[in-house]
Parts: sequence; C-alpha cells; structure tokens
Amino acid sequence: MALTGIAIYKMLAQTNCKECGYPTCLAFAMKLAARQVELSACPYVSEEVKAQLDSAAAPPVRLVSVGPEGHSLEVGNETVVYRHEKTFVHQPGVFFRLRADLDDQAFAERLDAVADYHIERVGQTLGPDGVAIEADSAPADRFASLVGKAAGKDVALILMASDPAVMEAGLKAAGASRPLIYPADAANQEAMVALAKTYKAPLVLRGADGDLEALANLADEAVKQGLEDLVLDPGTRGWADSLSALTRLRRAAIKKNFRPLGYPAIAFAGEAGDGPEKEAMLASQFIDRYAGFIVLDNFEPAALYSLLTLRQNIYTDPQKPIQVTPGLYEIGEPKAESPVLVTTNFSLTYFSVAGEVEGAGRPAWLLVSDSEGMSVLTAWAAGKFDAEAIGKAVKNTGIADKISHKKIVIPGAVATISGELEEELSGWEILVGPREAIGIPSYLRYLASNN
Amino acid sequence: MPVALPEVKETWSGKIVEVTLGAGPDKGGTRGRTVTVGGETALPFLHFEGQIPNRPVIAAEVSDRAPEDWSSLLTEAWGGVLEDPASWAARAEELGAEVIALSLDSAHPERGDTGAKEARATVRKVLEATSLPLIIYGPGQIDKDNEVLVAAAEEAKGERVALGNCEEKNYRTIVAAALANDQAVIAKTPIDVNLAKQLNVLIGDMGLARDRIIMDPTTGALGYGIEYTYSVMERVRLAALTGDAALQEPLLVTAGYEAWRAKEARTSEGVPAQWGDWNQRGLLWEANTSVTLLGTGADILVLRHPETISLVKYAVDELMKGV
Repeated sequence: MALTGIAIYKMLAQTNCKECGYPTCLAFAMKLAARQVELSACPYVSEEVKAQLDSAAAPPVRLVSVGPEGHSLEVGNETVVYRHEKTFVHQPGVFFRLRADLDDQAFAERLDAVADYHIERVGQTLGPDGVAIEADSAPADRFASLVGKAAGKDVALILMASDPAVMEAGLKAAGASRPLIYPADAANQEAMVALAKTYKAPLVLRGADGDLEALANLADEAVKQGLEDLVLDPGTRGWADSLSALTRLRRAAIKKNFRPLGYPAIAFAGEAGDGPEKEAMLASQFIDRYAGFIVLDNFEPAALYSLLTLRQNIYTDPQKPIQVTPGLYEIGEPKAESPVLVTTNFSLTYFSVAGEVEGAGRPAWLLVSDSEGMSVLTAWAAGKFDAEAIGKAVKNTGIADKISHKKIVIPGAVATISGELEEELSGWEILVGPREAIGIPSYLRYLASNN
Repeated sequence: MPVALPEVKETWSGKIVEVTLGAGPDKGGTRGRTVTVGGETALPFLHFEGQIPNRPVIAAEVSDRAPEDWSSLLTEAWGGVLEDPASWAARAEELGAEVIALSLDSAHPERGDTGAKEARATVRKVLEATSLPLIIYGPGQIDKDNEVLVAAAEEAKGERVALGNCEEKNYRTIVAAALANDQAVIAKTPIDVNLAKQLNVLIGDMGLARDRIIMDPTTGALGYGIEYTYSVMERVRLAALTGDAALQEPLLVTAGYEAWRAKEARTSEGVPAQWGDWNQRGLLWEANTSVTLLGTGADILVLRHPETISLVKYAVDELMKGV
C-alpha cells in the first residue's frame, strides 16, 4: 500500500521551513501521498528516507514493455482494483498464438491476418498487438525460422518454448524486437532467467493451478537473480479459477503492495476449449478483470472486433469521457443547400452520427454543440443540450453564412425542445430528425425528396 | 526463506436480498419451476470470500406482437413462434430460458394500442404455455403501462411475477398493483447509484417487502456505454456488500435489448470487412455484453437470441464452479 501522508510526515524534517512551497511539512506530506508533488522539492530529506519513499512510490504493478524501442506495447502500472476509483491505465495486449506445427503457408497467412488487422472506432485505430509463437516439440532451427518471419512484421512477439536451447535460438532470430518469453517454472527457471537477462527480454513465470505462493517464490528468486521485468501466469485456464487468481494477484499488488506479485498477468483464453465464441467470451472476462496479456487461439475478425471494442470501453477514463471539439464539421462536401444536423460532442454520439451521414452518401453540415462530452439524452437532462446551447453553437460557428436555407435538424430524442429553439433562433425552421443515428440515412433521403 | 502471501480476502458485512420469482401450487400459483436469485455475500463469482448460493438466471424476451424492428438474425433464429407469445415462450423454455420476460408491447399507442382485456388474455395464455416464472413489461408509455400492468398483476395473482418497469414517474401505481396482488417489481433507474437507491427507498416506503424488488440499473451495450453500467453496477454491489441496505436488491440487465440495438449486431450492410462474420458478431455482441455484466453482479440477464441463451448459460456454469 502506498504510504499515508502521516507516515511520510514522520520521515520529514518537521521544521515547516516552507522551502518546498507549502506552509507546513504536513501539507507537503499530504501532497506527496497524493502524488501531486515531487520529493525533490524538499532540500532537507536524507538519502535513507529518499530511498524508502522512492520504493513506496514505485507503481504497485510494474510497467513491462514488449516490442522494439520506440513503438513498444506497455502493460502494467495499474493503480486501482476497481475502475471507478480512478481508471485502468494500460490496455491488455491481445495476441494470437501460432503453433510451430502449422505449415508455412498457414503460418504466413495467419501472421499477415494479425499484422494487417486495423479498424477505426470512435476516432481511434484499434488492432491486435501481436502473435505468440509456440515451439511445442519443434526443433530450434524451425522455431528460429518462424520467429524470424514474425520479427519482420510490425507486431509484438511472445516466444513460447520450455527448452532453453530452443528459446535461445528464437531470441537470436527475434533480433531487436524484444519479445516476451514464456515460460519459466521451477524446472527451467535458472536458464530462462539467464536468457531473459542476456537478451533483455521480459519473462513470464508460470505457476500451477492458481498457487500464488509458489508463483511469488518464483518471482522472488528471479528478482534475486537480477531480473525485474516479469509477467505472471497463475496457471489457471478456466473462468472461475482465472477470475479468482487474477483478482487475488491484483489485490495483493495494489492493496497490500506485495512486490513479488506486483507484475502484469498473462491469460490464455483458448485453453478452456470449446471454439471461438466461448474463447472470446472468456477473453472478455480477462479484459474486464485484470489481464495484462491475453493469448487467443482462434483468429475470427468478428470476435476480435468485439474484444477490441470492449477493451476500448473498459479502459476509458471514467472521469474523462472521450470528446470531440465542438464546432461545425463538414461531412462529404456540403453545399449551401445541404442540410444542417445538430448533435452533442460526446465522441460516441459524434462518430455514430457522422458515420451514418457519411454512409448515407449525402453531404451535410454537422453542428456539434458543446455538451461537455455528454450524449444527447444525458446532456439534455443536465441542461447542456438545450435551446440556448444549440443557439450559441449556431451563432458561434457562423453556419448561417454558409447555407442558403434556415433549417436545422435536431435529434428525435430531444423533440421537446423544438418550440424553445424556434424562439431562440428566430426565423429558423426546426426539423425533428430520427431518435437513433441508424435512422439518419433514410431521414436524409426523405429530406431530399421533400425539397 | 519462502515468501508468505498476504491475505487478500475481503470481509463483507452485507448480503444481497434473495428474491424468488414464480410460485408453485404449494404457494398458490401454478408454476412448475421457480427461480431464486441474490443471496450473495461476495463479489461476483469470488467463491473464496463468501457465499454465492444462487446462480444468475437467463430470462428470454417474448413480445405479444411480432417485432418489426428486430434484426433478421433474430427473426430467422426464432422463426414462426414470434407471431404467438405462447408458442414463443414455450420455445424459449425448451431452449433453456429460466424466466420469460413478457413484453406487452402491443399496448403502445403507436403499436396497436391494445388494453387491459388483451393484456389479461396474453398473460393467461403465456402462463398456460410455460412452467417458467414471468417478468411482465408494459410498453414503456406511462398511461398504457399503468393500464396493462395493473391488469396483468391481477390476472397473474398468486404466480409471483415481476412487474416492470417500475420507475420514478410511475412507481406508485406499479407498486400498488404489486402489493394488491402479491407480485414483485423491477425498479429501473438511469445508470446512477443514488437514483437507484432513492427509488428502492421510495418503493420500500410504500410497504413492498425487500424480497420483492429487483433493480435494473439500465444497461449500456458493448460499444455503447457498457463501461458506465459496469462501473455503476460495481459501485452498487460494493455498497451493498459494505452494508447499504437500500442497494442490496438483486440486479437485472437487459443485455439482449441493448446489444441488438447496436449497429454491429443489427446489420451486415455497408460495414467494414474487419467486423467479420455477421452472425458471430451479433451473438458475441450480446454474449460479451452479458459476460461483462455477469462480472459486475447481474443476477438476471434478459436475452434475445436463442443461441446466446445457451452461450451465457455456459458462462454461468463455468463461473459457478467454486474454487
């Protein structure tokens, strides 16, 4: 657990010299506990206290980077058990396993499928993070050749091989791509830790059946051998056992500041069996609850898209809804006679509406009113999307000068404000559009046919 | 020296209220099966720190009029039974549903404007066609909700159905009908912990027992606000387990309704190739919404697609394997 302000205060000089900029040492200690100020602001702190406080300030779940310097996947650094307490920080990496027994063509196809998958959603580009190449019983040269192929793509790598000699061949082939390597367990720990150190690759420690005590001891050993970049596999593969193990890992790290378990966790969704739908459902649980790396066996775009969407949702900062800048947006190439639609600046709302207008193939002016990032109904209920707000948006953007008509379409869900809006925007005709964005294409067709 | 693990088990003082839907002949009803939800003294499926005596259950959505706006994936999967709520309910029971969530949608002024008489007939027919307990929903229009839900409550007297939605604007009428006919209610509030709490208190003040209230915190689907529902439900459940009696009701989510409103589930036209197979995407939109909300405390999941019913039941089976 991070130190409290009082605990920090006891370690300070307690002279209230004010040189740090705060009136008392206690006030400074409180700011330190809240991580709002750096310890270096105090000129009188001893080296010993500094070391103590630094270690207490280290993140409870270590940040682990995989992939080449510059564009690596970062996982960990989490600070809360419950999302609403602050936010989840680093999205779990999503990987697809490629086994060495795939023939070369199948391997290349699946590798390309993963490397080439990108999709836009709510203004962000989503995609899987990489592939996990499993040696099984393949010889070292075969493993190295497959790793070499994947290292040439823009994907992060997990290398899976229990035999240290095979793993070393893979590590050599991986070059500068800094893969995550898997697994080290009681049988091969020493050799794997040595490889991880030599090749500067983070290492997964594998436990069995959710035995976290044995896993903590493995981690403790690895740290003593000088390795810090660790990932934990509690060895669970099902639903309830994984939920329990990952929850206990997260709580031990964050609530108890228990260092030996303060590392990201890896989870394998495909090993419960039962095909792509059930695999994706289990992976959903892993996204919701505490996985840092998720390995899937079935590459299905539909399943992947649902998981990437969920990951985007859960890792949104609850205190900061994703917003777009209020203003006037041109969809297509609108002309003076094109319709004007108004909506809010909650990004999901904006992208749903903009996407439908675009899909309809009829250019339009999209007037985005500042609703402080709230959706249409929420903003309306909070008084942030009323006649006054929309009137302001009309005036601020100067839309009237760009068009040859005076008609504005409001979302169907706020049809009740049309009267007030008529008063606010005198001379304008207020049209009530569909309730849902999905109704926009047919509404735009209807507008065009009635002009 | 071996490292000793710290204790990470939480100790909770609160317990979720157990609510039973359906009444068999021993209690004056005709239900062949009843369900009890709630009773948890732990966070969802964390068997190591408390009791989870009842498994979450699946309710199948059944409407008294063939849905016009449903995705063709749904209408094709159900086929002809959509024309008749009794056949539909019987089919849902065969497919593994544990509760029937009957929507008296035809009472809506724009969708048929049927009244109390038709509502009674529908409820009677569905009660006869299935042995499962019922949730009965009005059309979502306040005057018609009051009309048909009061009639439904009377018609199903003795059967311990849940009446919904019971909201801030109409709770007096719905709770009075529940009190008069020994029914339960679905207390629905818009994704807000305090509003949920306040409505439970208001309902309690009218004298409805706590074991006859189920909370619907309002569901956001995958991609459409699921993170809000996730966090509100998690906060509700934490408050309940910490001892806030006004939030200790079981939770119901309308995962089917919300997931199938999403464009991703509804349509295959003009969508990017990366969205993949439409059927699989539709099923997973509903199933992954459900999995996420099971993790935050859903006790009843109202679903739409026949195949999702078995997928989500599978997830519940797996999660109920104690560790």
